[in-house]
Amino acid sequence: MKILVCISKTPDTTAKIAFTDNNTKFATEGVQWIINPYDEWYALVRAIELKEKDPSTIIHLVTVGSADAEPIIRKALALGGDEAIRINSDSSDSYTIAYQIAEIARQGAYDLIFTGKETIDYNGSSIGGMLAELLDIPFVSLATKFELNGTAATINREIEGGEETCEANLPLVVSCQKGMAEQRIPNMKGIMSARTKPLKVTEPVAVEALTSVASFELPPAKAGVKLVDAENVAELVRLLKEEAKVI
Amino acid sequence: MSVLIFIDQSEGRIKKTSYEALTYGAKVAEQIGTEAIGVLLGTSSDELAALGKYGVKKIHHVADANLNHLDAQAYAAVLAEIATNLGAAVIVVSNNLTGKAVAPRLSARLKAGLVSGANALPDTSNGFTVRKGVFSGKGYAHISIHTPVKIIALSPNSYETRSGEGTAEVVPATTAAVASKVKVVSTQKITGQVPLSEAERVVSGGRGLKGPENWGMIEELAGLLDAGTACSRAVADAHWRPHHEHVGQTGGSIAPNLYLAIGISGAIQHLAGVNRSKVIVVINKDPEAPFFKAADYGIVGDAFDVVPKMIAEVKKLKGI
Repeated sequence: MKILVCISKTPDTTAKIAFTDNNTKFATEGVQWIINPYDEWYALVRAIELKEKDPSTIIHLVTVGSADAEPIIRKALALGGDEAIRINSDSSDSYTIAYQIAEIARQGAYDLIFTGKETIDYNGSSIGGMLAELLDIPFVSLATKFELNGTAATINREIEGGEETCEANLPLVVSCQKGMAEQRIPNMKGIMSARTKPLKVTEPVAVEALTSVASFELPPAKAGVKLVDAENVAELVRLLKEEAKVI
Repeated sequence: MSVLIFIDQSEGRIKKTSYEALTYGAKVAEQIGTEAIGVLLGTSSDELAALGKYGVKKIHHVADANLNHLDAQAYAAVLAEIATNLGAAVIVVSNNLTGKAVAPRLSARLKAGLVSGANALPDTSNGFTVRKGVFSGKGYAHISIHTPVKIIALSPNSYETRSGEGTAEVVPATTAAVASKVKVVSTQKITGQVPLSEAERVVSGGRGLKGPENWGMIEELAGLLDAGTACSRAVADAHWRPHHEHVGQTGGSIAPNLYLAIGISGAIQHLAGVNRSKVIVVINKDPEAPFFKAADYGIVGDAFDVVPKMIAEVKKLKGI
């Protein structure tokens, strides 16, 4: 079985968010980059678990990004996976990114494609669905559990107020979230072996972007907390009712 | 030309987030001078004509039981066909759990630019630009859509539902049968609680509550406020509360009108999941807790002292 795991480079959760060039670009200076947590903790680790169960499984990682995404993909390879592909494009248009990955997915004839449920920078939740449509295969989103029996998958996905269990056959695209797997930390053996795992770089295919970022802005700053004395809880309740009008 | 709005249902009942999408879509139609049309997939027990009060004139209803459960592939195929037949210029869906599965597929199928998680009406003064949240609530991006057909996935609880007079004409619609390739075999719903993703108010507890046995007062307060219950990552990881209640960077992301955080310090990872809440109230005995910086109201005090008092006050307010 062949699994493709989509990996994205995102600013660290604690990164300060600021914009430059007349608010058209994210200010990357001093920013620490990480593997998008949903891609790492849930998508990649679940793929690794499937390989541990069936060692004949092949895991490829794919990222769309410029050369500065390579430390992130090496870090992902340190957790697991056999090889990685970097598509040399810094596009931020979801369709363009999905289109590039679809090209790789077709060439590699993967049985299963995992993505994180969203990236923590653009919060799009779009790549998995677009990819599945481009490949004309089913898509199960927001999965919390994934089990495989031959080519039949049993998947739990989040619904409003609970979960539902679904069945679908491979090939499939699945977007992964909490519940799929537990976070892992790469060990020394993993880090050493990641250095020599193949990392192929391919050039993007031509495709027209459907969207572009016109500008960024910071949300309005909060007015500051209104503190109420612990002895005067009635006042808090009054404020929530009369001022904030939320209860 | 028209604005097509996807009406999402669960077990035949229209979801609240669909009312927001309908209100928003009707406003977009008014803005670009066209009509708003709703589309519902699957059978429904709700009175569809009444949805006209949100501003839609017509609802195309594909009453096919094969579409009662979400299969993004089948939904996108049917919606694409209807959108094309109606010459839809804009398609609006809620960016709820269904929308996150369907909108991207529809975007790729129609080659129509998508803004997912939109939180404002489009700006059509120069092209077509829609604002959305980015960086997990720490920024906004204005995204320009360059394609003739535009898809907007509206962030839940970001656009207020408004209703007036009016009924919609319900038009039975048929499309080429699409067999669902994802089969739903069972559903596990948590009963007796407000689903977190739909809750207007959320009461959330952290490690400051010391143990799962102390959640009684959290649940009581949530019940009184008609609120959902949530928790911090530490609490979910310690198995004090089920994982689906975990909100924050790696758990759920919510944007209720009221987020009441009790005994949660407010680490940046937690804030990433809740900072879009309209009003944040923090109860924490540590005056240095970072959460106070992100809060609108706060009490520096012990949860075991403040929460029972709050329960009493809310009861008084409600005349209980």
